[in-house]
Amino acid sequence: MGGGELYTGNEKIIKRFQVDSGSAYLIRRCKCQNNKMPAKASHTKRSVIRYMLLCLPVVIAWVLSGAEAREKEKAEPDLDADSRMCLECHSALRYNLVDPETGDVVSMKMYEELRIDPWEYVNSTHGGFSCVDCHSMDYEIHPHPIGVKFEPMYGCLDCHGFGDQYAAFNFHTIEEEFMRSVHGDHYIEDFSCWSCHNPHTYKNTARLGGAITEIVAYNNSMCLGCHGDISHYEVLIERQLTNMLSKHDWLPNQSLHFRKVRCIDCHATVHEDILVAHHIVPANEAVRNCVDCHSTNSILMASLYKHQLQERRNKYGFFNAAITSEAYIIGANRNYYFNVISVVIFGLVLLGIAIHATLRYINYRRHHAKK
Amino acid sequence: MRKSKRLYLYPLWLRIWHHVNAVFMVVLIATGLSMQYSDPAYPVIRFDLAVSYHNIAGVGLTISYFIFLVGVLFTSIGRYYVVKTEGLLTSFVRQLRYYLFGIFRGEKSPFKVTEKQKFNPIQLITYNVTMHAIIPITFITGWALIYPETIVLNVFGYSGIMLTSLVHSIAGFFISIFLIIHLYVITIGPSTITNLKSILYGYHEEHEPHEHETNDNPEKE
Repeated sequence: MGGGELYTGNEKIIKRFQVDSGSAYLIRRCKCQNNKMPAKASHTKRSVIRYMLLCLPVVIAWVLSGAEAREKEKAEPDLDADSRMCLECHSALRYNLVDPETGDVVSMKMYEELRIDPWEYVNSTHGGFSCVDCHSMDYEIHPHPIGVKFEPMYGCLDCHGFGDQYAAFNFHTIEEEFMRSVHGDHYIEDFSCWSCHNPHTYKNTARLGGAITEIVAYNNSMCLGCHGDISHYEVLIERQLTNMLSKHDWLPNQSLHFRKVRCIDCHATVHEDILVAHHIVPANEAVRNCVDCHSTNSILMASLYKHQLQERRNKYGFFNAAITSEAYIIGANRNYYFNVISVVIFGLVLLGIAIHATLRYINYRRHHAKK
Repeated sequence: MRKSKRLYLYPLWLRIWHHVNAVFMVVLIATGLSMQYSDPAYPVIRFDLAVSYHNIAGVGLTISYFIFLVGVLFTSIGRYYVVKTEGLLTSFVRQLRYYLFGIFRGEKSPFKVTEKQKFNPIQLITYNVTMHAIIPITFITGWALIYPETIVLNVFGYSGIMLTSLVHSIAGFFISIFLIIHLYVITIGPSTITNLKSILYGYHEEHEPHEHETNDNPEKE
């Protein structure tokens, strides 16, 4: 995704910079040597020490990152025994199916939608649960009995629909908003919360307070999982997949918009009681007016930057200051002080010109009166 | 009747460049202000159009700048931009004093335009700073904003794009101040439209002073 690419790009720049500073130093050193400077030996020695000192942080970082990677390789995800058993097959590309009567073993492919990354699972919002907390105990039988295929699937509200601890999330409002949206108006069969929020990997990024680019990349990957992938899209609806790039041709700086704002910031209407908008509107009702975002009343403050409400519009300083740590939106991020200073300077210049012109005119009149 | 002396200081290519550059500047300032102070209730220039016109004029300004740079480096106009530090401060103060006081007392400018020196010390410094610092900063940051992937993501906790935009806006602000003063300076000449005629027709015109006007010229002291 965009965010990842951007970080990768930045790392490259840092690496290049490090290499450049090293080679620049080497070039300097060679020049000194060619000039046959006095005390050449000690100078070279000093140069080597300085060069080693320059490289030291890079070496330490490399050693630490390697150690961290090795540590991660050794460690195993923190799973209970039941879940560990499930994921033995459900995290693998293939599994062995054993016929309980004959003892025959056949190697089977584990299909993508049944495969779960153990690390992704334990790090997800639901990662603390055991598999059988949500799935039938009968799944512990191998091969799984046919009856488990008919187990009712839990929906979000089955767990989150009641209880004080979930009141702040307003799950009922989320469901109402979803039902009003293009995804919930029943022309797509089998569309449920899980279609976007994979219960085995879902993370509530908007509340975790991470970088906006990560939140954007994570959220947009949910949309593009279907809208950017024909194999997922075609199992939901019989309709030609729209080309997202050509459809958004009108957007200036298209790739920047894709990296910095979520699809839902333009394609969903905001409800003040919920953090993330779920009322996805038809494409022709999406935001198309630039100044809806590019103005001091930017709608992004009620959507993408809603989780940073405590930093929202500050009269003194940047308007919509929450945005400025990661982005700059023309028109939305004016600075109060710069505005005042620029108006004062502009006013003084005009006043100065007016006074200057008036005095020149008075002198001109006086001069002509003398003549 | 006063005698007037004419010097051909503005060749045709320079005049065309100047006017085209001025158009780009005006478009950039107008669209830049419209974007910076965009408001759904008071749309000055439609935002998407402002972005497009701003980008087009920015590309134009960049090309125009390099044409100017080639002119400065390889034609005779380059000599007008050479700054000699010796006596610069004194002549700068003298020129400033003239603009602030002398001009109202009917004094003559302490600086005499010749074929070798077109700009007075204040003009020399202003034009050099504007053309060789502020305008390059503006178009370099402008290009960076057209291709934001080239900008460092985070600088000391602030968005690199935000800092680039700030530098771009501040540089643009100085250009707009320069433009206003530049327009006013057109009227400071032997007559209100003498300087305007110079940049239109290429000839700098200087009136020979009347006999009674010569005494207060500091250069003759």
